[in-house]
Amino acid sequence: MNTIHDMGGMDGFGPVEPEENEPVFHETWEGRMFALFAGGVLGPWRRGRNFPRFRWTLETIAPEEYLRMSYYERWYAALTNTLLGAGLVTERELETGYRDAERPLPTQLPATGGGGPTPPDPDPAFGAGDQVRARNLHPRGHTRLPRYARDKRGTIVTDNGIWRLQDTDENGQVLGNFPQHVYTVRFEGQELWGDRASPRDAVCMDLWEEYIEPA
Amino acid sequence: MADAKKDKIGRREFLKDATLGAAAVAGGARAAGAEEIAHSHAQEQDHDHQVVPDDIALRVRALESVLVDKRMIDPADLDAVIDAYENRIGPRNGAQVVARAWVDPEYKARLLEDGTAAIAELSFSDGQGAYMVVKENTPDVHNLVVCTLCSCYPWATLGLPPVWYKSSPYRARAGIEPRSVLAEFGTELDDDVEVRVWDSTAEVRYLILPERPPGTENMTEEELAQIVTRDSMVGVTKIAAP
Repeated sequence: MNTIHDMGGMDGFGPVEPEENEPVFHETWEGRMFALFAGGVLGPWRRGRNFPRFRWTLETIAPEEYLRMSYYERWYAALTNTLLGAGLVTERELETGYRDAERPLPTQLPATGGGGPTPPDPDPAFGAGDQVRARNLHPRGHTRLPRYARDKRGTIVTDNGIWRLQDTDENGQVLGNFPQHVYTVRFEGQELWGDRASPRDAVCMDLWEEYIEPA
Repeated sequence: MADAKKDKIGRREFLKDATLGAAAVAGGARAAGAEEIAHSHAQEQDHDHQVVPDDIALRVRALESVLVDKRMIDPADLDAVIDAYENRIGPRNGAQVVARAWVDPEYKARLLEDGTAAIAELSFSDGQGAYMVVKENTPDVHNLVVCTLCSCYPWATLGLPPVWYKSSPYRARAGIEPRSVLAEFGTELDDDVEVRVWDSTAEVRYLILPERPPGTENMTEEELAQIVTRDSMVGVTKIAAP
């Protein structure tokens, strides 16, 4: 989706501000939030619930809110929205910190989907040195093709092998188990940024095969 | 733990209750009292990078508490994850990879050919199964890593990313004006040096192999690992001669 998380090439954010001797977590709650979401501790609760993709939940935060929030506060918003959507918690429970005694304890569900035959490994459509163009795609769901690369010409550097597509539909559901080749593509700086870039410089990124076409 | 009386407790009351009730359990070994929360708030107000609503610490505590109450999580599992990233998984791991590559040309060749396998040789296995690619900085080519879409970063070798790496300015500017960003880190490059920016848009995670500084010829591998910095392995700085 075309929203604020896709920041490459934007102006106006000011200087980068490194912090000396930065701790891993600035506050206790940041560590708890990290562990809740990234630590896999909720893994069994995802089963059978078609949890939307984590990155999709982050990207659906309204742009004004996204910029106002700290990094781990976005994670809080994304996780609580996911749990609420799956019916695993209620607003009131999040407000009080206690389970509603009237509601039954949630139960783990059997896994759904993912069955069926594994598709055969696709042959690569491109090889190192091929000239390609990133397609001019503007999907409403999650995608890994940044806006700044769309419709730009590049050169295949490497084939990184076969990976599952991470894109989702506009409701955050994974589009399917589409394994395809992921290529590192080199875009010359001036192709992306005109004469603001040095003619020597380049940006390389990793693109699923369906994002690119022969140039 | 959840009875009718506690169900009436609101957010502010939860703060007072936290030292005694469910949150103390939820916090496990790291359970904190009201004093710690108050302290957190004071720090957040001083934090000029980000605006954090002053009750986020409380909201996260309530979230953890209710998930414990529903028997969905064990706080000890959270403690273990936090302990790993605070104490074991961090840029010291990447520094050992770099130092090995500096002293062992065959290891360096393997590292640049197949980063995942060469890093696994040093037992920095990544629970996420990250596919690692290592890019070498040289006098002619300077590489740096960004994730313009979010915060992808090689956790197993560098730990969790610093705030600046996840910040809007870095994500927005690293691609379009890498030389200006590098200059802010004190890294000035000649015009004839090529700058290559690696935007981590897929599942590949990038580690930069920085240049070995002059004057380190007699240092041991262990001593070399001590001078390798996190920022040099993201590619925003060079390593100064000792």
